[in-house]
Amino acid sequence: MKILAFAEQRNSQFKKVAFEAVKAARTLADKLNADVVAVVIGNSVASIAGQLGGYGATKVIVAEDPRLEFYSTTAYAKIIAEIAKQESADIIFLPASSMGKDVAPRIAVKLNAGIASDCTALTVDGGTIKATRPVYAGKGMIDVNIKTSIKIFTLRPNVFTAGNSNGASASIENKKVELSDADFIVSVKEVKTASGKKDVSEADIIVSGGRGLKAPENFKMIEDLAASLGAAVGASRAVVDAGWRPHDEQVGQTGKTVSPTLYVAVAISGAVQHLAGMSSSKYIVAINKDKDAPIFSVADYGIVGDAFEVVPALTAEVTKLHGK
Amino acid sequence: MKILVFVNHVPDTETKVKVGADGKLIDPTGVNFMLNPYDELAVEEALRTREKFTGEVVVASLGGDSNKETLRKSLAMGCDKAVLLKDASVRDSFAVAGALADYAKEYGAEIIFFGKQSIDYDGAQVGGLVAEMLGLPSVSVVVKLEIKDGNIVAEREIEGGHEIVHTKLPAVIIAQKGLNDPRYPSLKGIMDAKRKPIEEKTIAAVESRVEVVEMRKPAAKAQGKIIGTDASAAAELVRLLHEEAKVI
Repeated sequence: MKILAFAEQRNSQFKKVAFEAVKAARTLADKLNADVVAVVIGNSVASIAGQLGGYGATKVIVAEDPRLEFYSTTAYAKIIAEIAKQESADIIFLPASSMGKDVAPRIAVKLNAGIASDCTALTVDGGTIKATRPVYAGKGMIDVNIKTSIKIFTLRPNVFTAGNSNGASASIENKKVELSDADFIVSVKEVKTASGKKDVSEADIIVSGGRGLKAPENFKMIEDLAASLGAAVGASRAVVDAGWRPHDEQVGQTGKTVSPTLYVAVAISGAVQHLAGMSSSKYIVAINKDKDAPIFSVADYGIVGDAFEVVPALTAEVTKLHGK
Repeated sequence: MKILVFVNHVPDTETKVKVGADGKLIDPTGVNFMLNPYDELAVEEALRTREKFTGEVVVASLGGDSNKETLRKSLAMGCDKAVLLKDASVRDSFAVAGALADYAKEYGAEIIFFGKQSIDYDGAQVGGLVAEMLGLPSVSVVVKLEIKDGNIVAEREIEGGHEIVHTKLPAVIIAQKGLNDPRYPSLKGIMDAKRKPIEEKTIAAVESRVEVVEMRKPAAKAQGKIIGTDASAAAELVRLLHEEAKVI
């Protein structure tokens, strides 16, 4: 049996989800007595491929091409499907990232495989793999069984922890995939990144603000607390709809569903849609004036108080802690 | 231009999920259903595309009779025709995508719009599946779209930024929040929608590739600690996060 793990990279650097996918593959492979083969696609990526050995890949297949400097839905789908066929892979892991979610359906059609999206747990029961995934933005959980012989799982970022490299090495194989212009019919020509801005879907710590902050300029204190914690800034739907914050910061049912290690909700009452999007966070802190706010029902730690006083004090304490 | 938009009829975001008697689906009692919010963006973009290039917008939905409510809303927003691909059985994303791809082919769509995911199963698969089944290009999580002379330049959301994607018509475009602000149906639109017919088509049964074994509520959290009522609690909170939770 063989598990193929897609190791996502950008700018010749692995994303955290790459290590998570390889490590999750290793964990499942140990239960199924399977091999783990990682796949890296890009322009100049051979030099980083060896890192994946330390997370459990025994072999890393590298597909390089100058035209793969940026992501291409169609070219990536072709390469991954071709490698899966060559390796006779039974299982394919991809991150449930912007890239993984985009390419997974195309690979599935090419390989006649079923997909379980955005999985948060994988267990083996009598040889059958059971995938657990949130539905209704986390208001419910389902266990699913993929019935096709090839199975694709996309893994929610931050849930399958990669830990540290154990320093093991892997064999590296270069794969030449013949790519025509037609394979690049969908191609990224440019990537625009907000410099230094952390995305809520990738962050270990998120500090989110809600309508209780009263005005957009008051998000400065949320940004300050986030900066002290090395966190991403998130927002409730109310403040996004009001135009105070950009859409990409919205956490909740019509925004992003997140699972950080620590989620700090400031002046967010906790509408059912918001709770759905963040209640799978490992630790939740709520700061709200209203002791009856629903956010406290999911919080591990709460301060019932005025955010305008509590948040600056918290920033000062965090800065003091990190200054030691 | 022949513009097609697929919409789903989903429990509204206020819904508190209760697991149904079969242990696999939600109990729909007392649940209000709505046009999937991401599909509303897709409808809006379809209408804007028609306004720019002329042509017609067909809205289609797969499901039972109750999906007509969502089709009516799409008609009220301005879609020209509605099609119900009638099948109330439980289908996974492949079984849905297969039926939608068949219809898109039959209709001869030049551009097909989807929302990035349905807010019930959150699979985010169907748009990509349909595109691959039809051999069409696709761009997902699109927050900006420009079409000129058959060429598409789209911006898609990625972690911490955007990608500028180039492709060509015919294509599948999968909408993300930020792409547009969907219009409210006008009174005239609502009146007109009542008179527009909804064509019903029966579709073939397809075997699902993924089956739900069990649905349950997420494990409830233990009652948390209230640390204090003012700024003086900040130090204790930081100590707990550092020493007890070990997360900072």
